Amino acid sequence: MTYAVLETMMVQVIDMTGGEGVMLDPQVLLDTLGVAMATGGEFAEVFVEDRRSTSALLDDSRIEELTSGRDRGAGIRVVVGDTTGFAHTADLSPVGLRAAAGAASAAARSGGSGVRVVALDAVSGPASAVVEILPSDVPKARKVALLDRADDAARSCDGAITQVTARYADSQRRIQIANSDGLLTGDRQIRTLFSVSCVASGDSGLQTGRESVGHTIGFELFDRVDVEDLAGLAAGRALTKLDAVPAPSGQMPVVVGPGGGGVLFHEACGHGLEADLIAKAASVFAGRRGDVVAAPMVSLVDDGTMAGEWGRYAIDDEGRPAQHNVLIRDGVLTDFMWDRLRARREGRESSGNGRRQSYRHLPMVRMTNTYLEAGGDDPAEILAGTEQGVYVAQLGGGQVNTATGDFVFGMTEAYLIEGGRLTAPIRDGNLIGNGPAALLDIDGIAGDFAMGSPGTCGKDGQGVPVGDGTPTLRVAKLTVGGTAA
Amino acid sequence: MLEIAERIVGWSDPGEQVEAVVVHERETEVRAYEGEVESLTVAESRGVGVRIIRDGRQGFAYAGTLDPDALGEVMREARDNLGFATPDEHCSLAEPDGLAPVGMDLYRDALLDLPIDAKVQMALDLERLTLSADGRISGVESAEYSDSVSSSAVATTTGIRSTSRETGCFLSAYALAESDGETQTGFGFSLGRQPGDLDVEAAAAEAAERSTRMLGAVKPPSGRMTVVFDPWVSAQFLGIVGGTLSGEAVQKGRSMFADRLGDDVASPLLTLIDDPTDPAAFTATETDGEGLATRRNVLLANGRLERFVHNSETARRAGTVSTGSAVRGYSSTPGVGVRAVAVVPGDRSPADLVSGIRDGLLIQGVSGLHSGVNAVSGDFSTGAEGIRIRDGELAEPVREFTIASTIQKMLTDVTAIGDDLQWLPMRAAGVTLVIAELTVSGV
Repeated sequence: MTYAVLETMMVQVIDMTGGEGVMLDPQVLLDTLGVAMATGGEFAEVFVEDRRSTSALLDDSRIEELTSGRDRGAGIRVVVGDTTGFAHTADLSPVGLRAAAGAASAAARSGGSGVRVVALDAVSGPASAVVEILPSDVPKARKVALLDRADDAARSCDGAITQVTARYADSQRRIQIANSDGLLTGDRQIRTLFSVSCVASGDSGLQTGRESVGHTIGFELFDRVDVEDLAGLAAGRALTKLDAVPAPSGQMPVVVGPGGGGVLFHEACGHGLEADLIAKAASVFAGRRGDVVAAPMVSLVDDGTMAGEWGRYAIDDEGRPAQHNVLIRDGVLTDFMWDRLRARREGRESSGNGRRQSYRHLPMVRMTNTYLEAGGDDPAEILAGTEQGVYVAQLGGGQVNTATGDFVFGMTEAYLIEGGRLTAPIRDGNLIGNGPAALLDIDGIAGDFAMGSPGTCGKDGQGVPVGDGTPTLRVAKLTVGGTAA
Repeated sequence: MLEIAERIVGWSDPGEQVEAVVVHERETEVRAYEGEVESLTVAESRGVGVRIIRDGRQGFAYAGTLDPDALGEVMREARDNLGFATPDEHCSLAEPDGLAPVGMDLYRDALLDLPIDAKVQMALDLERLTLSADGRISGVESAEYSDSVSSSAVATTTGIRSTSRETGCFLSAYALAESDGETQTGFGFSLGRQPGDLDVEAAAAEAAERSTRMLGAVKPPSGRMTVVFDPWVSAQFLGIVGGTLSGEAVQKGRSMFADRLGDDVASPLLTLIDDPTDPAAFTATETDGEGLATRRNVLLANGRLERFVHNSETARRAGTVSTGSAVRGYSSTPGVGVRAVAVVPGDRSPADLVSGIRDGLLIQGVSGLHSGVNAVSGDFSTGAEGIRIRDGELAEPVREFTIASTIQKMLTDVTAIGDDLQWLPMRAAGVTLVIAELTVSGV
């Protein structure tokens, strides 16, 4: 069967992308899939993306720039045996799509027979998130005005604040996915972000403080948060650290404040529970489903359905609806996270974790919003019960080697714990631990759950937005990487 | 490409400065796994960024396409955006400065002529050779061949017309070594401008060696210790040091070296040069992000802080001239940064340097640089792995510890530099460095 035969097939498609219509005509998608499968293959997919973004930057008390961006294109993959061929193009004309489909097909080195006819079946997937105020409907002047307010607020905190950077960013991402299983679906994803970074200057040199807020909602974000409050938090962190002492060095108990610990779990076990790494035995958690991998009060969830959260979406970048996935229940490893390719090999369904940075990238297993469920301990008692250690109020990023389980994460607001009380602020640094050991060393989880700051998770050179959350928790033993004797 | 950039510049209104940057890139990436091609990506990207300045206000817009309708939209958006910027007397496009680009041969037809099959074979060979390099290699998490052919053009109403084109190719393997139920990892790579530059055997051997030598690693004791950075590690730190010498960081009060020009800020052994005109650098380029010729900039001379790097705007603000250090893609306005930083190497081999250390650590990998280095305050603390040095010999492997100090102290603590300068796929070259004292946090 040839591409010409496929072209004669027509399908009825219902509009399912929130009233904005499908992005490409279904017949064009069908043609493209036909070219992709023309010489055989098990699976082909067309992923179409159209992203518009706005960002505004204030630095040195000046609005330095307002940037508008537009990216649109399609990524086409063809799977033949164990081989995936992939090509992408910014040319969304039928000619451009056919060329990319041909390239992806050739790349998959299609040898086999078994050409299949494809009929697209529009799926009524979960609805796109409802946004009250579309950022594209908001005048640019209103976006820019937020930056000046943040600058004024941060600088008025204290004369020691010597520099302020504030950034506003929004994006609208529309995606459409059609594949050779007949799936046709789409989503519209809106994100709005605001961040403030401050430098404080004192006798001890320069110190920095940062605060950011980001949600999968529109401009109504600023009805809910005050940029002045964010600026005050950022400035306060920088000012506090002017009096910071060097962080201690060595193994000790570490208490992480509410909303602060998500990065710890993201690195300590989140990446290690991604099925692509499991399949390559490149994770210390490979083969450990059903085992006790954490202290009994630990229940860890990855949930792409959390309304408004930074890692939220209706469908993943393979068209699969987002899910609430329990990874660890009462200390027992219940399941990994899956994308389509890895799930198909195991004869199971994807868990809705197939994501990609853009149409220029292949999807792979990624986290969404990863959080530790609240426990029953009292946060004050966790602190009071810690004789000597470190309290981390805000974490920076982290990194993990999933094969060894060794992970680091940074602290950007932290204090010494002495005699069960917070004492001096400490300077920035990393902590290091081993994932499987750290999960078993958790000996306190409080009930004060909070989500943390919006993050970007990097893997194989692709960045995707993720969220995280934790209540106050204590790890009995982690290595704090400071310089104090 | 230049033609498109010039066409956009031609749309300028009176009183406007317009700059157009056009980029075109073709990439291939092959990943091998268990003797098969896991994925093969062929890709072509184009993009355009337009900057418009009027009355000291700058507006910017970009698009990941060169479709004619998109070009008009980008122009309109950039023009609209400038109205919201704060006027600044120093905000202006670069002007031609009469310096001709250093002619370098960064583009090789041999890469374009290489058939896909040959690329696939290199990825497959890399995996096979890594697996067979040592009986303890249990798997190869990734074995990859990638290449890119990129070209770009910059045109402005101030008379800048520049084009550049470069080829590059890269092999990388990430090996898993296993012994007694314990797994360790190691990375090996090879890079060049054309396939003939690549050494598959060396990349495989390096990945195998780095992973197997970590087997049996223990957590070291905490304490202050002499540390040796291998080239892979020193390059990452030197890139960060280069970042603190950006004119923008200095002017905006975000560099600890802001008031130190002319001071001794590092060990007298350290001479640090940013030279994108060195064709040996993987990041070499003839022109910068504003279309000016790149040039050799001495940053530190025998430990003395000689200069900061500038683009045309930060140079104007500082009352000096651009050092050809504008860095950008099509989707951003020009920043300021180093591109190809290297220290002048010493004359002793790495083994010779290690032989002089009674008790110390050789660091072969660091993690968490993005979360553990504060480039404003200078505090740093990163995860690390490596080999213990006892009585001048490499002893047991060590892991799950951090090394910490400040950038300021580390620069003055450099006590020896190796003879093994090596260009790496990053903005700095690596060389073995001996640091007199860092704080090690382990057990």
